[in-house]
Order: sequence, then structure tokens, then C-alpha cells
Amino acid sequence: MVKSVLGSNQGFKEWLIQRLSAILMTIYVIGLVIFLMLHPHTAYYEWHGLFGHFWMKLATALVFLALVYHAWIGMWTIFTDYIKIVWLNWLLQGMVVVGLIACFLETLQILWSV
Amino acid sequence: MRFSIYRYNPEKDQKPYMQEYDIDVKKYNCHMVLDALMAIKNFMDETLTFRRSCREGVCGSDGMNMNGKNGLACTTHLSTLKEPIVLRPLPGLPVVRDLIVDMSQFYEQYDKVKPYLQNDKPAPAKERLQSPEERAKLDGLYECILCACCSTACPSFWWNPDKYIGPAGLLQAYRFIVDSRDTATETRLADLADPFSVFRCRGIMNCTDVCPKGLNPAKAISEIKLEMLEHTV
Repeated sequence: MVKSVLGSNQGFKEWLIQRLSAILMTIYVIGLVIFLMLHPHTAYYEWHGLFGHFWMKLATALVFLALVYHAWIGMWTIFTDYIKIVWLNWLLQGMVVVGLIACFLETLQILWSV
Repeated sequence: MRFSIYRYNPEKDQKPYMQEYDIDVKKYNCHMVLDALMAIKNFMDETLTFRRSCREGVCGSDGMNMNGKNGLACTTHLSTLKEPIVLRPLPGLPVVRDLIVDMSQFYEQYDKVKPYLQNDKPAPAKERLQSPEERAKLDGLYECILCACCSTACPSFWWNPDKYIGPAGLLQAYRFIVDSRDTATETRLADLADPFSVFRCRGIMNCTDVCPKGLNPAKAISEIKLEMLEHTV
């Protein structure tokens, strides 16, 4: 049987996810910049109105999920490059995972408290 | 002309050291770095050890680090280097002696990409033909002489020499992936799809910067990634 690129290890999938998540984040940031240009005097009321929409909450949550995954792949790469002591590598990876999950949960909490 | 050359004989020396040599390059008719190394070995210090063979940039034996940049001693003109000319072995590989490194790890990575034509179709009576366009795709790939200048200039190869194929091996991998006569493309791409073999390339571009043959391994690596994408979508 011929092997397939997606059927083998994670490298290609992660490379693809990093690029797709980067595109998602770029689109989101461009959207926010356009909003700010259209509403130059944005204050609490406008921000509240913007993030009060369900779709904005969902889009922001998705972008933060992309950001967290993007950051995780990057940090994992850095750790496997530079940290050759196995226990320290695992410890740092664990800390980053916990930190990123905490950031994401905090983001959800903030978004849905609006 | 003053040279500062890395010296290390594991049978005698506790640790490596740099040795200075002053050589009259006009007297010995030296044009290239290799000429100067030969003059030092022949007339000043016969213990100085380095590899060389063809002395014209074809065999890839005399890859070394000259004033901080990898290259071939035989094709690097002395006038392009500032004094003192600092010569060190290729970085990242174990030193056997002086400017000679152990290339085993480099060849193991080269071996992983199965650098030979694979074709499961019956062999034709004469030869497997290619169109001029198909043949042109191999230009810039087949010329690699495996001098290891690129791979040993790559930080990703320094950090993961056992897992990352390195630019030289990946250039060869792409040479067979893009070859119209090779039928193992899918398997070749799948074999490279792990997190280390090809995806440790961070686009640093040292490989392309130092290649003494003017090849572009960084482009070949990005082409491999695009091939993977095309075979997936």
C-alpha cells in the first residue's frame, strides 16, 4: 500500500495548521482594523456592542483557539530544538500547555461575560 | 599572508587550539585557499591534516569554514578573504583531526532519502525517456556534490542532526520527487512528513548562502512542502 502524507506523522498537519491559523488571525486583525477605522472614536459602548454579538464572540474564540494552537506548535518546536534534557523539556512543555489552556479559558470567560 | 588554522589531534591534544602560519603566497604561487594549505603542508608543517582531491570544486572533499563561512577551499580565492584567514572544520560534525570531520551523520541523513531512482514499471528495451521540460526540472538539483557545506551551516541541522535530514539530503530528496521517471513520489513524500525530517527547516537560508555550486536547497525544501500540499488537497 502506498503511504500518504496525511496518514503518516504529524509534521505536515502541524505545518498546515500553523499556516491556516496564521491566515485566520490575519483576517481577524484586518477586520478589527477596518472596524476601528470606521469608528474612530470607539469607547466602551461601541466595544460592548461589537463583542455583544454572538458571531463576534464565536469568531474571537476561534481566533484565540487558532492562536493557542499556533503558539503550541511553535513552542514545542523551540523546546525540541534547544532543550535536550528530557525532564526539563517535558516540564516546560507541561507549563506551556497549562498556560495556553488557562489563557483560552480566560478568553472564553471574558467573551461570554460581555 | 597570515593564517589561523584549527588544530586538533585527539591522540596528542587535550583540546583543540588555533595555530598561526605566515606564508609567502607569491613565492608558492597560491591563488586559492587550498593552494595555501598545500604549501603549508608541503613546506612548513606536514602534520597539518585536511581532505582534498580534485582541487577544482567537483569532488566536494575540502569543504571547510573560512573566516566564518562554509565553502570549498579549492574554489575560494585568497583575495576574497580578510587576514588573518581563519580556517576551521565544518561546524556541527565531530572532528577526526584538524580540518577533517566525521561525515557519518551527514551520510546517514543522505541515505534516508533513498537517493536513487525507483520505478516499479517494467524496464523498457533502451531507456526511460524524458521530455526536455521534464529533464529541465532536475537542473539546480543534480549538481550537488555532497560537500556538506550547506547542512553544516544550518542551525536546524546542528540542533537535530539525527532527525533533520538537512538541506543537502532534502535537495537530493526533491531531485527524485520531481523526476518524471521515479514512481515512488507518494512514499517519498510520506516518509518526509514527520515533524523533523523536512519541517525543521525554518527558512534560515544559510544553505543557499554558502552552497559553493550556487544551488538553492531552501527553495527545494519549500517545493517539497508544496508537493506535500498538492498531494493532499
